[in-house]
Amino acid sequence: MNWTLALPEIVLGVSGLLILAGGVIPKKDTFFPVSMAVIGALVLTAALVLGQGEGTAFMGQYVSDGFSRFAKVLILLGAALALVLALDFNTKAGLDRFEYAVLMLFAAQGMLVMVSANDLMSLYIGLELLSLSLYVIAAFDRDNPRSAEAGLKYFVLGALASGLLLYGSSLVYGFAGTTNFDRLADALSSGQVGMGLIIGLVFVLAGLCFKISAVPFHMWTPDVYEGAPTPVTAFFATAPKIAAIALLMRVLAGPFGDLSAQWQQVIWFAAAGSMLLGAFAALTQKNIKRLMAYSSIGHVGYALMGLAVATDGGFRGVLVYMAIYLVMNLGTFAVLVAMRRNGKSLEQVDDLAGLGRTDPQMALWMAIFMFSMAGVPPMAGFFGKLYVFLAAVQEGFWVLALIGVFTSVVGSYYYLRIIKVMYFDAAAEPMDPRPAGVTVVMAGTGLLTLLFFLFPAPIIAAAQAAIAALAG
Amino acid sequence: MNAAGFPILSLVTFLPLAGALIILTVRGEEEVVARNARWTALWTSLITFALSLVLWVRFDSGSADFQFVEQASWLPEFGVGYHMGVDGISVLFVLLSTLLTPLCILASWESVQSRVREYMVAFLVLESMMIGMFCALDFVLFYIFFEAVLIPMFLIIGVWGGARRVYAAFKFFLYTLAGSVLMLLAILAVWYQAGTTDIPTLMETVFSPRMQFWLFLAFFASFAVKVPMWPVHTWLPDAHVEAPTAGSVILAGVLLKMGAYGFLRFSLPLLPQASADFAPFIFALSVIAVIYTSLVALAQEDMKKLIAYSSVAHMGIVTLGIFTFTAQGLSGALFTMLSHGVVSGALFLCVGVLYDRVHSREIARYGGVAKIMPAYALVFMLFTMASVALPGLAGFPGELLVIVGAFKVSPWVALGACMGMILGAAYALYLYRRVAFGKITRDDLRTLLDLSPREYAVFAPLILLTLWMGVYPSSFLNFFEASVTALVTRHEAALGAARLAGM
Repeated sequence: MNWTLALPEIVLGVSGLLILAGGVIPKKDTFFPVSMAVIGALVLTAALVLGQGEGTAFMGQYVSDGFSRFAKVLILLGAALALVLALDFNTKAGLDRFEYAVLMLFAAQGMLVMVSANDLMSLYIGLELLSLSLYVIAAFDRDNPRSAEAGLKYFVLGALASGLLLYGSSLVYGFAGTTNFDRLADALSSGQVGMGLIIGLVFVLAGLCFKISAVPFHMWTPDVYEGAPTPVTAFFATAPKIAAIALLMRVLAGPFGDLSAQWQQVIWFAAAGSMLLGAFAALTQKNIKRLMAYSSIGHVGYALMGLAVATDGGFRGVLVYMAIYLVMNLGTFAVLVAMRRNGKSLEQVDDLAGLGRTDPQMALWMAIFMFSMAGVPPMAGFFGKLYVFLAAVQEGFWVLALIGVFTSVVGSYYYLRIIKVMYFDAAAEPMDPRPAGVTVVMAGTGLLTLLFFLFPAPIIAAAQAAIAALAG
Repeated sequence: MNAAGFPILSLVTFLPLAGALIILTVRGEEEVVARNARWTALWTSLITFALSLVLWVRFDSGSADFQFVEQASWLPEFGVGYHMGVDGISVLFVLLSTLLTPLCILASWESVQSRVREYMVAFLVLESMMIGMFCALDFVLFYIFFEAVLIPMFLIIGVWGGARRVYAAFKFFLYTLAGSVLMLLAILAVWYQAGTTDIPTLMETVFSPRMQFWLFLAFFASFAVKVPMWPVHTWLPDAHVEAPTAGSVILAGVLLKMGAYGFLRFSLPLLPQASADFAPFIFALSVIAVIYTSLVALAQEDMKKLIAYSSVAHMGIVTLGIFTFTAQGLSGALFTMLSHGVVSGALFLCVGVLYDRVHSREIARYGGVAKIMPAYALVFMLFTMASVALPGLAGFPGELLVIVGAFKVSPWVALGACMGMILGAAYALYLYRRVAFGKITRDDLRTLLDLSPREYAVFAPLILLTLWMGVYPSSFLNFFEASVTALVTRHEAALGAARLAGM
């Protein structure tokens, strides 16, 4: 029994318990030191992940490979930066309770377990640990009815999705006789595949599509994104998406790899639907968080396009896409977190009016993120789309590729609208000064987004290595 | 190593970006920042132009090969590389870009007073992307530059444009993007088929007729919008009218050439059969463009709009020449592209001179300008005549060659092109008469000042070029003769091979 393999998770979990204890004991406010400790724990875990060995542990429940390492590093990065964004915001909004940081830590813990899951059981445990943490932080601004509504809505729909997932898992177990991914793969490759198993697979897919907010399981996204405090939305839009997509990839490429003919249709539909909905529904949004919700649905659609192709090239495209998505989304949310005037947080697109004059630096970064999301070269977002489209074209998924390019033109309209508001419209009052941490996140992710074209090779190579582990 | 002994193309391409970075770091009072930004931008673009003259001197016009080639590994596992080089088709467009940019910066010296720093940065980035696009020898690299041009142009129109600038900027961006994404899919298909995006290698690749058909349509979607060809030209008048003067100059001078350049660089050599099959279709669109937009130009009340429509007509002549697949037609198209770049750019500058003084582009607002501003009237007349293709001026050799080439294909097509020249004379002279001659009906015009030294400096190189191109076109034709011949030969060989295979 090789439990030391899971050292990163163990370290993160133990530090979570320690930090929790440490946060409770002092009488005074501990939000800032606890957050710092959590960020430290996340970074330490990331370092451990980089040195993590390969193999399975806990009787095949847990697997560590190149794929899980790639996803884990992204998740930890996303979680740490999302927490940095929350530091100043939460203090100003009166949300500076240390539980926030601890919940983020446990959410990260859940995500790590998800991407290392090698069994439907550990998958569920990881997913629930993440979900429970997310339900609470969605409603963290508990005196605000919108935040409470977001939390409740997320909880009810999330519980339904978990139910679907569990029901699907039980069907799979009933018809295949095992929940372990490796043994499932063996069972499915050799014998006949019954109808019950396929129904089970579809239920599992439905549960997971809810987590990545793919059409038609996207309904919760706009409300939750809009209602939750902005740093929470920033977190929702980044790390959990990576974890859920990675989990979906592992499940579909691993145990259900031989059923690709069946699930490709489902994913095809989800991808096309997400791209179309993401593009059209965002056109008229006035609230920028709601807009970003639809934008993230659209982006998930592009990532799913790579998954629908179901080749190594497609999977690699998904990973590259999600890595780029993480970076540009964190940057965008850094801007949203910094939108504050006279101490009040702002959420409308029109609040950005004239930012190009009042805060040229922030406007420049935001413009870079928006062009990147629209997929205009030479920004990183273009390369993300490039690899996904390349995979789709190679496998002859012309309809999906055409939908993809069509929706990216439609989508570019609303990204451009933000740039228009910032640069073409008359200036509004200047915003409040930004906290340094937010500026660092903005500038760092902005530079990565702008200069991705200089160093695509190492990232592609890392994604390639991750995919090799997944297929092998 | 290339003929210059150092990576000149990369230097010319990215030097403006360096200038833009320097401008971004300038701090201080708005006044000081504006002054520094102007001078830095001017010097950067002048140095870039001076450097690019090395291309003029060192280019071996006897060879059809790519020259000054630079290669670096970029995405080796995908067969995508950083590959730059110029041949006879592209080299002069690099020079055109480097020439027009400093003139544009000079032309905006006084007319742009708000956000000068951002304006100059946008122009330098634009220059960098335009040059890169003409130098790129890798399809993906080309696409990146091709699309990246949209970003600064969108901002230039949207921030410094006229009353309906937002509408025009969005229309410009979305039209072009919609065309380009289809080309992106085509690039991916080519990439998959050939395993590389290296353009010289792709030129050796033969695609099946069916694939050529679809690829041609996808390329067409992108390039036709960019040219622009009738009926997807409607973004151009809007963009031109709303853009600031310098934006219009670059738009007409260089950006419109990107579409025709795309046809020459990709459609013709990569898809010879589909190009031949689609040629009648292109002729039809081109002739419609020439006649229809000329007639529309006659009815315009706005000077910029009139010149914008005339641009569409001229570009119709260019596409017509390209798809004749004759040496004369292709040379004529290239020459027309260059002369149009100089002449229409200059015409927009002429409009800008009046606009700076009176703040109106309405033709009826003027009249009798020749009496008040004689030097200006002379300059304006010179460029009007060049636009009409008066022999001895820049417009003539190109159009003549296109008509000769078209005549080889079909007299009717040639007739269409000729109609364009006649109508062109009509609307251009009509414009000139209404602006320059007649009675001075408005008193405020009497106080207008003639050209300032700065404006002389802007016009002088363009006047020189217009005369040079008209009187001694060989010094330009020489550049692309070898490349055009090679293109025609390869095209005929490919068609011959396809015919043999068909038998």
